[in-house]
Amino acid sequence: MVDTCFLSQGLTTLAGLLLLPFGSLAASQIEDQAEQFFRSGHTNNWAVLVCTSRFWFNYRHVANTLSVYRSVKRLGIPDSHIVLMLADDMACNPRNPKPATVYSHKNMELNVYGDDVEVDYRSYEVTVENFLRVLTGRIPSSTPRSKRLLSDDRSNILIYMTGHGGNGFLKFQDSEEITNIELADAFEQMWQKRRYNELLFIIDTCQGASMYERFYSPNIMALASSQVGEDSLSHQPDPAVGVHLMDRYTFYVLEFLEEINPASQTNMNDLFQVCPKSLCVSTPGHRTDLFQRDPKNVLITDFFGSVRKVEITTETLSLQPDSGVIESSYKKDQMVEELMEPLKYAEQLPVAQIIHQGIFLNQGPNPCLSNLLCLLP
Amino acid sequence: MAAAVRIFLLVLLLLGPGGWGQAEPPRDSLREELVITPLPSGDVAATFQFRTRWDSELQREWVSHYRLFPKALGQLISKYSLRELHLSLTQGFWRTRYWGTPFLQAPSGAELWAWFQETVTDVDESWKELSNVLSGIFCASLNFIDSTNTVTPTASFKPLGLANGTDHSFLRYAVLPREVVCTENLTPWKKLLPCSSKAGLSVLLKADRLFHTSYHSQAVHIRPVCRNARCTSVSWELRQTLSVVFDAFVTGQGKKDWSLFRMFSRTLTEPCPLALESRVYVDITSYGQDNETLEVYPPPLTTYQDVILGTRKTYAVYDLLDAAVVSNSRSLNIQLKWKRPPENEAPPVPFLYAQRYVSGYGLQSGELSTLLYNTHPYRAFPVLLLDSVPWYLRLYVHTLTITSKGKENKPSERSPQPAPPPPLPLHVPQHLSSQGYIHYQPAQDRMQPHLLEMLIQLPANSITKVSIQFERALLKWTEYTPDPNHGFYVSPSVLSALVPSVVAAKPGDWEESPLFNSLFPVSDSSSYFVRLYTEPLLVSLPTPDFSMPYNVVCLTCTVVAVCYGSFYNLLTRTFQIEEPRKGGLAKRLANLVRRARGVPPL
Repeated sequence: MVDTCFLSQGLTTLAGLLLLPFGSLAASQIEDQAEQFFRSGHTNNWAVLVCTSRFWFNYRHVANTLSVYRSVKRLGIPDSHIVLMLADDMACNPRNPKPATVYSHKNMELNVYGDDVEVDYRSYEVTVENFLRVLTGRIPSSTPRSKRLLSDDRSNILIYMTGHGGNGFLKFQDSEEITNIELADAFEQMWQKRRYNELLFIIDTCQGASMYERFYSPNIMALASSQVGEDSLSHQPDPAVGVHLMDRYTFYVLEFLEEINPASQTNMNDLFQVCPKSLCVSTPGHRTDLFQRDPKNVLITDFFGSVRKVEITTETLSLQPDSGVIESSYKKDQMVEELMEPLKYAEQLPVAQIIHQGIFLNQGPNPCLSNLLCLLP
Repeated sequence: MAAAVRIFLLVLLLLGPGGWGQAEPPRDSLREELVITPLPSGDVAATFQFRTRWDSELQREWVSHYRLFPKALGQLISKYSLRELHLSLTQGFWRTRYWGTPFLQAPSGAELWAWFQETVTDVDESWKELSNVLSGIFCASLNFIDSTNTVTPTASFKPLGLANGTDHSFLRYAVLPREVVCTENLTPWKKLLPCSSKAGLSVLLKADRLFHTSYHSQAVHIRPVCRNARCTSVSWELRQTLSVVFDAFVTGQGKKDWSLFRMFSRTLTEPCPLALESRVYVDITSYGQDNETLEVYPPPLTTYQDVILGTRKTYAVYDLLDAAVVSNSRSLNIQLKWKRPPENEAPPVPFLYAQRYVSGYGLQSGELSTLLYNTHPYRAFPVLLLDSVPWYLRLYVHTLTITSKGKENKPSERSPQPAPPPPLPLHVPQHLSSQGYIHYQPAQDRMQPHLLEMLIQLPANSITKVSIQFERALLKWTEYTPDPNHGFYVSPSVLSALVPSVVAAKPGDWEESPLFNSLFPVSDSSSYFVRLYTEPLLVSLPTPDFSMPYNVVCLTCTVVAVCYGSFYNLLTRTFQIEEPRKGGLAKRLANLVRRARGVPPL
């Protein structure tokens, strides 16, 4: 009896020893998978897209912003995670020959406005104060949820800004400016409040590189359409619409993004090459010294898409209806009111009552002397 | 074994009434309807109405099961203790003179009015929060509604639903005439519909066709209604309405024949599966002496005749739930054809319409005038006029004048009544207090607007002019919008009137009649209630040159730097003589080496 037990124990230990390397191989495979799963470190994606220009001749800035909106939505970020700020309405502008459309390519090839668009900050609401409040989260308590940037420390945020700018500032709606120092301080506030995991800042204005010169918070990568001293140029006019439709840099970024799908492995280095000087006339710039990961390991979809890390399971779960709750709510609804007297609709224009009310209101300082109705309770 | 059976029976008994509780009939219902009205001017108006009726008591907090009634709006009603809510977003203007009286008109821009329950303690606070929440739901800048554009009407805007008391302190009304309406407002509006834009009449709602119109108005109306004919219990009704007017020349290319495909670039294929009723009504009332000027294809299976807005009208009815309607071609494309071109006869003029304009010159003063036209030959009727003027137009109330002038009597071969006696030309400035009701609340700078409400009796066949002079105020420079040279808007006047009907209406049950007939509660069959709006006005205020502070700063700093700065430098700087640096290549190489070593150069 003792011998067989000893023998079985020995066999199991031998089997265990033999299987050990297989086990460790499997364990390392699981570790690899886990590392792949958690490669980027973010769990949700947000986008803040801002167009700061007003008036019909700045149609191209609205088209720029809407093209990025369209790409970001197509790659998976839902409207609840996008804060879209458009300083003027181009689609339903009386000067638009094709209402409810904003085109990015001439001959009306691509309508970037679409049929399913939700603009959170419109028209006069796009101000420097509102923009900074959205970024830092210091908004009045009555602000609705769709106008808030509810990011946390595992959010990757894409911030895209376009408009007219200069060396160190960006003009908002022809009446105020935001400077690069204010923007850098806002990002530092966001970092200190842990409102982002990584941030990608893209700007398409004249002298755009000046806007990212002053950043000093970690985990920020920035791209601009032109260097200090250069102007960003617009792409092509459309004779039917009558204005320039897009800016060059964003036009080529849009063409680049149209080829990305949620599963693509394209990385940031490809985005840096997007618009060479021959196409863009200005020199696009980028800044990655504050970013901890190597840009070649950063996927485009880490910022432009919302690729959820999910594991598909084939098990089925059956849910029991919570009959108790439904039953009680129906009962309580039924207990209600059969009222004693029938209700009636109010009279829309009760002339006699209004005249009477007028007489009552227009009495002198002591109405009760002449009006018997004062005696009623 | 026996114990198991007993336990099983016990469990069955317990689960029995609960588990099969789903045999309850659904407590909410949806009716959808589209009314196509060819207008006298040749354009076509289409009015969609989606009405969800929910037999529930929304005031209790623990309602948690929403089926057809959207949760976003249901939670609003319970959180802010609303009795009624009416929000409309409109682009364009309804030309009553040429198009006839509308079913439901809305002013240009955004209009929001709400009645709160009597249990609300701070109505202004609830109103502010309500406008903010609605601005998030509908992507509109309703958060600009504050005390400077909110008024509390004292006689207009009585509740459209059930009411057991009308204390006007629970009413708030605001208009934002500058608000733009575009696809971003239509998208959340469509998402509130039970069938979204996937089935039923809402497949026709495509933004690129709906905004290429002369008038586009979308609205949300929530009110309590009677649940049954005896009206002993209350249901909540949500109506989403959308009215558009297609221009004959812009979208029809000059031809007056219309079809659903030409209007909406879509046709109807199926009703919404969640709808109790899904119908299309086409107005085929003919205005000519002989019938058959207008032909509708496919021929309708039923027609509906009733007194709508005071006149007898006939409608062709297409019921999408009836299988015979959509049978052969699998899609319904209703076409209207004019059998012979309508003669160039004057279109029938509605009994009441209004016009408003600003007159005057310069940037100091001006005059606001509202013209009210009563074209009824012999009946006078009352109109309640509500004017809300922003505080920066300072009204002089002592200049308020109301004059009524008789209109010249033009014999018209189409008038069915005998020619009335020529009216006496009345040019009587009416004394204000003899009107019966006038209420004026003056504005407070930067806090509240002017409110002027008056009940005017319009004499028969006359034009009444209400005019008031104003002076423009100078705003602080931060109060100007980024585009101040566009001008500042004055919100439209609201006219509420009981217009006499040509044919007496019989009051019917709301559940039986079509939706466009149950918008306003009818109390008196000899007249119908109508609410019209005038055009919004654009007023230029004296606008400063905003680049001047920058110019002044540049100029002053230049003057200071050049004049004072050079004197200061001359007086305070000391000058030293410096040897010119000479050295050959060897010296430069030596300096390089010294710099590398960290030693000062030669």
